[in-house]
Amino acid sequence: MTHQNEIHGILAEYETVDGIMHAAEQVRDSGFRHWDCHTPFPVHGLDDAMDVKPTILPWIVLAGGITGLVAGMLMQWWMNAVDYPYVISGKPDWSIPANIPVAFETTVLFSAFAALFGMFILNKLPQWYNPLFRKERFSRATSDRFFVVIEAKDAQFDPKKTAEFLTSTGASAVELVDVPDEPTSPPFGFKAVAAIMTALVLLPPAMIAASRSSTTEETRFHLVPNMDFQQKFKAQTAPLGLENHPLFADGTATLKPIDGTIAQGDLGKSDPSNAAYSGLRDGKPVTEFPKGVVIDEAALENGREQYNIYCATCHGDSGKGDGMVARRAASIGQTWMVTNLLDERIVEQTPGKVFETITKGINTMPGYAAQMSAANRWDVILYLKALQKAQAAK
Amino acid sequence: MAKAELTQLDVEAIYPANLIEGDPSFTQVTQEVAGITEWPKPPRAWYIAFAIALTLLGILGACLTYLVVTGVGVWGNNQPVAWGWPIVNFVFWVGIGHAGTLISAVLFLFRQDWRTSINRFAEAMTIFAVACAGLFPAVHVGRIWFAYWLFPIPNQMSMWPNFRSPLLWDVFAVSTYATVSLLFWYMGMIPDLATIRDRANTKIRRMAYGVFSLGWSGSNRHWHRYERAYLLLAALATPLVLSVHSVVSFDFAVAQTPGWHTTIFPPYFVAGAVFSGFAMVVTLMVPARQFFGLKHIVTMRHLENMNKVILTTGMIVGYAYMTEFFMAWYSGNQYEAFAFVNRAFGPYAWAYWTMVSCNVLFPQLFWFRKLRRNLWVMYPIVLLVNVGMWFERFVITVTSLSRDFVPSSWQYFKPTAIDMLTFLGSFGLFATLFLLFVRFLPMIAVAEVKTVLPTAHAHGHKKEEGE
Repeated sequence: MTHQNEIHGILAEYETVDGIMHAAEQVRDSGFRHWDCHTPFPVHGLDDAMDVKPTILPWIVLAGGITGLVAGMLMQWWMNAVDYPYVISGKPDWSIPANIPVAFETTVLFSAFAALFGMFILNKLPQWYNPLFRKERFSRATSDRFFVVIEAKDAQFDPKKTAEFLTSTGASAVELVDVPDEPTSPPFGFKAVAAIMTALVLLPPAMIAASRSSTTEETRFHLVPNMDFQQKFKAQTAPLGLENHPLFADGTATLKPIDGTIAQGDLGKSDPSNAAYSGLRDGKPVTEFPKGVVIDEAALENGREQYNIYCATCHGDSGKGDGMVARRAASIGQTWMVTNLLDERIVEQTPGKVFETITKGINTMPGYAAQMSAANRWDVILYLKALQKAQAAK
Repeated sequence: MAKAELTQLDVEAIYPANLIEGDPSFTQVTQEVAGITEWPKPPRAWYIAFAIALTLLGILGACLTYLVVTGVGVWGNNQPVAWGWPIVNFVFWVGIGHAGTLISAVLFLFRQDWRTSINRFAEAMTIFAVACAGLFPAVHVGRIWFAYWLFPIPNQMSMWPNFRSPLLWDVFAVSTYATVSLLFWYMGMIPDLATIRDRANTKIRRMAYGVFSLGWSGSNRHWHRYERAYLLLAALATPLVLSVHSVVSFDFAVAQTPGWHTTIFPPYFVAGAVFSGFAMVVTLMVPARQFFGLKHIVTMRHLENMNKVILTTGMIVGYAYMTEFFMAWYSGNQYEAFAFVNRAFGPYAWAYWTMVSCNVLFPQLFWFRKLRRNLWVMYPIVLLVNVGMWFERFVITVTSLSRDFVPSSWQYFKPTAIDMLTFLGSFGLFATLFLLFVRFLPMIAVAEVKTVLPTAHAHGHKKEEGE
């Protein structure tokens, strides 16, 4: 060994468990501090022989377990009781019994990670390079031989004396371990492969980041179609993908009514002179409730119901123009106003005029002919008249 | 006094003879176990088994592809039996996955040294079984691209999962169990991977095993922390393994369906899981020790011990079957009583009695020492236990759902061919992983087996301490 290489330490080999045990006791008693035994399996009693202090690993695992327990509990509390509370079978948002199983699992999970990675960190693993691995002899340390290594950084270390000392402990072989001067580098191609793999791994997140931070006019790409496109018949159009297989010859999925068909209750509609349907007499809105419109308590009650369904959302329950829609419009700064039905202008309107407004709509108000039958519209007008009178009473 | 004399068998029972037969040296143990991964060619049986396994794996892949592109209608699941074979298979596989951790952790805490010969093998089986188990609920959700909804992952809908549901507990229990089992298995394997690394004669082997052995050098200071970590993981895995099947049983027990809504479920499920898991270990161990020449490390004594566990847990399961009937009668609840009469004498009576005979009757043969030490007897029995435990889950899941409260909704469940092929295919996944494991990884814990050899103890040293 005629070189100036830095010395790592001295390696001594033993063939039996008894051999390493006695040697370890002697090395310990000689006061060495930077030394170790290498064995193919955990030799019981060697910890005492080497004077190895108990590891702090259990405390790390305890900390991991407490972290897991607290994290598991906080996660469930925050997710189900704070950020997204919803009622399931009337159960409380947050109740310890229902949250025990998950908290238990997170406790065990965190503890297990703490045990494994705590052991790695305390043992400084992974440590793929070790000067000892360069010794042919040392490859049996994981099979059937026992080794003592005294490191050169120990204060008592002396290449010659230490080697002699180890021989005297009954070692079957003693060898100097040096640190090679050429830097150890990974094998050829290792770096290239690692670089390519890294690039490939980074590619998908990069693509996601790029698409999330940009806009496009392309049609959305349906990786998974879910139920976005369904084969179904709609009333007026041929179904997607079934354009050539319509239910009916004209390409639609429903038949039009036969000419001359009259829906129930629409018999008078065809007669333009029937004021109960048109609200007109001689082309002008009627000034009174026309013939055929029943005015009684039942009609008033129906009018109230219809008013509350169709009119009150804007005009308000009292007709003052303070319904939910009106208030919302005002709160977001819309400039249009909902008419106050108690206004003199409206109060003075004839039933025929109001009928025309409800039927055809006015300004931003749409017509309600499609939603309300003529009879219902007259009932609403009846109720409105009653409402105006009632609200005017002081 | 003649009665008090001990026979040879009694002596062996009190002071077990050497766990490993033939008193091999450390060198021999290394050579015999680590050497297997270095065989230029595995036995012919391995190739045949691997070909079958890959075929089944292909069937699994085809079935799952068909399922994903078509929808869950390809299975027999429908109202009222919305949990058909996929859930039966899930519980079956996750149950099998209990033996590994039980052997590694519980027997470790009880200082049962005989576990060292079989723990690696059983742990590997656990992980592969849990992989098969995890597959079924994942594909059972229907639109599997939304399976991530099961996990508390922040999403654009600002929604979180419901932590008050047993199904979500199950997600946490099974994924934690899979993770911890994997950590436990890997940590136990690090020293053995280093053994293979140090024997490697090609650069690729040295690098592959070198990377995963993390530079393990057998340092005693490392062993000290390693053993402590192992003990802690065992202590953590023990309650975990009991919790997993308990939580799986909550999937059923928390529901109000007659036949499910019982407090007996958690212990009953755990016993059944251990029962089926040990049966699967014996099923795999018998051919493996034969083909890889490990009969002196995994001895008849190991198989016998496992058969004893099978006998014990089989009787616990049988006791649970009886208790269920007693509770159904004692509850005075007509729906509960009907559910059990229906199980035993209804349209699924054939499944129920298959289950009882496989799980309770046949294992009784293990009372006889001669029979539980006979490969030709034990092998059919453990195979029947595997069958019986699948039927147990089928009986629980399907009979209760097919006939619940309202007779107008009753329906007989019929599986489809895809149901059957998917289940068959899951054995392909299991077997493929397993065959790769026995080919490339140390299937016996080399370092641990060495610790139970007589030469592993410093005898002279002990005497000194004793004085």
